[in-house]
Amino acid sequence: MRVGVLALQGAFIEHEKILKELGCETIQVRKKEQLEEIDGLIIPGGESTTIGKLMEEFELAEGIKKRAKEGMPVFGTCAGLILIANDIFECSQPRLGLMNIVAHRNAFGRQVDSFETDLDVKGLGDQPLRAVFIRAPYIKEAGEGVDVLAMHDDKIVLARQGNIMAAAFHPELTDDTRIHSMFIDLIEESLNSQQSSAK
Amino acid sequence: MSEQGTWRVKKGLAEMLKGGVIMDVTTPEQAKIAEAAGACAVMALERVPADIRATGGVARMADPTIILKIMDAVTIPVMAKCRIGHFVEAQILESLGVDYIDESEVLTPADDKFHVNKNAFKVPFVCGARNLGEALRRIGEGAAMIRTKGEPGTGDVIEAVKHMRMVMSDIRRLQNLPEEELMTFAKEMAAPYDLVLEVAKAGRLPVVNFAAGGIATPADASLMMQLGCDGIFVGSGIFKSGDPAKRAKAIVAATTHYNDPQVLAEVSKDLGEPMVGINCSTIAEIERMQLRGW
Repeated sequence: MRVGVLALQGAFIEHEKILKELGCETIQVRKKEQLEEIDGLIIPGGESTTIGKLMEEFELAEGIKKRAKEGMPVFGTCAGLILIANDIFECSQPRLGLMNIVAHRNAFGRQVDSFETDLDVKGLGDQPLRAVFIRAPYIKEAGEGVDVLAMHDDKIVLARQGNIMAAAFHPELTDDTRIHSMFIDLIEESLNSQQSSAK
Repeated sequence: MSEQGTWRVKKGLAEMLKGGVIMDVTTPEQAKIAEAAGACAVMALERVPADIRATGGVARMADPTIILKIMDAVTIPVMAKCRIGHFVEAQILESLGVDYIDESEVLTPADDKFHVNKNAFKVPFVCGARNLGEALRRIGEGAAMIRTKGEPGTGDVIEAVKHMRMVMSDIRRLQNLPEEELMTFAKEMAAPYDLVLEVAKAGRLPVVNFAAGGIATPADASLMMQLGCDGIFVGSGIFKSGDPAKRAKAIVAATTHYNDPQVLAEVSKDLGEPMVGINCSTIAEIERMQLRGW
């Protein structure tokens, strides 16, 4: 399994480290051709305006949309959540529109309001997940087909819709690898279903 | 339990800035140009380093009005500078809600011996360093991000290169030392021993390290990235050039595609006049901002 991490700007190396720890091959994706070589894609945290602009400039947006439509799993964290949303609250910046959610940028406040906390995540059992929120967004509205996986202060911070996952926090900044494992399971499922449909 | 201002949260914002360009701006209009060009953060200032150098006198924290206007103008993180050791300027900046404080040698130092105790703040700090010892002293005081100093306001990249090479070579040397030599290494570097151990083990600084001080072209930015920094600060290089918007965008692209000469060639075309610049070797020692910091 080869997982791409969008490496235009932000914390892509941290994602790679965890993926490698979990036994995946990884590549840093900077060019559109590379999108054809991967089985899943992580869009990391960083500045969503910066990543969005570079994605348009280097023509990656169309390719990501196409691959996602074909069923390739995509996981957006923080800035990545904003970029995969269908809608961004009070904001016109570029987006991929892969998930039926409305993202709210910098929704918890500025850096002095950034925090870490324990989350109860659906499907992860009793052990809480330590989650780091940095100038984080949240999911203001989750539309049809979206499965809410975790909330903090009544706000949606982790969700899934089919092969697309979004986290408002940074699973790549802690040692807990369970969220990445969830995403890898998603990629495995999608690879298996491709194989069986090919038969 | 929720906690704010933890080390992970402070360091984490710098992790999110990696691979990006932080630009000096003095007005909300400049901040918008920087954001539109793809800056991952802006540094709010009253004057860019080249003008501070030209004007002389005492350079201090910017007027809060300017900082607040810039914070209102953009959605990306806003940083601001306080003088070395001026913990009250830092308190003021924290109360304004800036996202990062740069305790900076670009401003006139307020203390000739001591830096701000950055551990006492909820807001994260970035500090300048010329070598590993200086970087680790600042981290020991609580800096959650480092930038190599270079020589600010010159547009001459030589000092930025020198400092990045110095930090990287110190780290490589440290990695090859047997354990019994680490205490003496820490003593010679005037660096905290526990951080020396950490760097020896990890083979890198415990925090994000950007390059600064003299970067004026896309090629300069790529050079610093290839030398091993995590991202780029551009001070005077953008808004002292002929076409700031275009140059800013090109430097952003060069920082992402720093290993791709074809992209670098493409984005380096038709950028207009670069900042005029000052050859670092002609600057008298007393005017070298990089020597500030203890």
